[in-house]
Amino acid sequence: MKIVVAVKQVPARDSQLHIASSGKWIEESDLTYEINEPDAYALEAGLQLKEKHGGEVVVLCFGPERAGQTIREALAKGADRAIHIEEDRLDAYDPLSAARVMAAALKTESPDLVLTGLQSDDLGYGQTGPILAELLGLPHATIIMEVEIQPSGIRVKRELEDGWFQHVEMPLPALLTIQSGISKLRYATLMGIKKAKTKEVRKLAAAELGGAAASPVALDRIHLPERTKRTQVFEGNPKEAAARLVEKLRFEARVI
Amino acid sequence: MSILVVMEQRAGEWNRMSWETLAAAQQLAGEMKTEVSAAVLGESIGALASELSAKQLTKVYAVEHELLKEYTPDAYASVLRQLIAQAAPSLVLLPHTYQVRDFLPKLATSLGKVAVSDVVAHRVDGGQLVLVRQLFQGKVNADVRFTSDGANFASLQAGAYRADQLAAGSAAVEKFAPVLSASEIRTRPLDRFRESARAVDLGAAELIVAVGRGIKEADNIPLIQELAAAMGAELAASRPICDAGWLPMERQVGSSGQTVAPKLYMAIGISGAIQHLVGMKGARTIVAINKDANAPIFEVADYGIVGDLFQVVPELIAAFKQKS
Repeated sequence: MKIVVAVKQVPARDSQLHIASSGKWIEESDLTYEINEPDAYALEAGLQLKEKHGGEVVVLCFGPERAGQTIREALAKGADRAIHIEEDRLDAYDPLSAARVMAAALKTESPDLVLTGLQSDDLGYGQTGPILAELLGLPHATIIMEVEIQPSGIRVKRELEDGWFQHVEMPLPALLTIQSGISKLRYATLMGIKKAKTKEVRKLAAAELGGAAASPVALDRIHLPERTKRTQVFEGNPKEAAARLVEKLRFEARVI
Repeated sequence: MSILVVMEQRAGEWNRMSWETLAAAQQLAGEMKTEVSAAVLGESIGALASELSAKQLTKVYAVEHELLKEYTPDAYASVLRQLIAQAAPSLVLLPHTYQVRDFLPKLATSLGKVAVSDVVAHRVDGGQLVLVRQLFQGKVNADVRFTSDGANFASLQAGAYRADQLAAGSAAVEKFAPVLSASEIRTRPLDRFRESARAVDLGAAELIVAVGRGIKEADNIPLIQELAAAMGAELAASRPICDAGWLPMERQVGSSGQTVAPKLYMAIGISGAIQHLVGMKGARTIVAINKDANAPIFEVADYGIVGDLFQVVPELIAAFKQKS
């Protein structure tokens, strides 16, 4: 079974974000990057399926040169090889044009299963998976908790709202977006890190795969959210802040 | 320009976020001087369509087919493509539900469009619609515009618009019979289920203390338990805490867990990703304790302490114990 896992590199979760002078994106110079957390779970799901059923896990990553670090980490965890679609100007891509480039890179791969995280921590469109499925002509399901291989395809457990779930069956090849937190993430072993250095990373230029197309949507600017509520914030000495908060809850909000 | 709202129902029950989307569409139509129609899809949806017809709408499309009994992305995308071809809306609005997240990107892609997902607000700027959506899990907002005509798509976040502002009216119901065959539908949905009966009903709690990633380790959870006990509050958590098994799933608040509206909700070490906020922003008073002053939780908080929870929480425990 050939499994492709699409991963994205995003700013680390606890980053302090500042708006860049262009007003269209965040200041990137002082950021550290990591694998998009939902994609880490998609990779884990892919590695577990390979361990159980055999086959190959191919990492697909669309990103600038720095994303090579995320690719090496995925290879060190056990992915067999990688495809790195290199592009410095990610801001020129909307979710559709990004998925088009990724679909073009997969043309010669014919995977049985394509996995990705349910959304990215940066743009958060939550669309790359289903868009890629449509472009590749694959059936799909989103927000998946479990994947079971069956003789005629797969059976997945899909998360719904309010604590409900649903099983869905579909034939292979198929595409799934994976929910975060569904299993424990593995660490790379020393041996894995060593082996990763010899694994194949095929580099493709996004321009060769069609590049960025004219977009049906435009991002005008980004900005910090305006507060809808006036928050009374207590700073400084923890003891004093705690005492003032309890006083407010008791005598102003009257909730305790 | 005209707006089409795609409502969501399952087994004859509305997804209530649909009403928020309908109210948003009416508001937008007023601002942009246009009209709104609504569509409901299903196997037998006469009653739902007539309920819709009592709202201020131009038309209600009752889209019926036996293969729409259970939701599948293939059937929904195919049928909506047909409806859009006939109704020719310039804007299609949908609630940002799990189901919409499943089929909308597919539908938009098949029409060469990009859906603007998870919209929290809008404004009309020189006659042009500007949609506001969140980036970086709510830390940053983006203003987005459509650059081409034809059916454009947007999904609206839960709680971004108020359903109680819906205008009543009288609309004609038009039946729409799509062409759909079983061979187009590649996925087979099976029964829906819940993992286990919930022993904890957070919905009934008056006071809730909730803990998030900021707690760092399972060994630190008792600190928050002690605070909850000192306050007489129920303990709750954001998703990562339950995923890690540090607290049981039944204590999870958010879109995939419980929705709560207590008198007091105290969020400790919770940044306030939207998936969490939709589950608790109906609380009467919200307190946030977080080391990051820019955490989105402060946008909904009435009171906040910016600081290290490991220093603040012991002081809170002492203060509650002393005063009670």
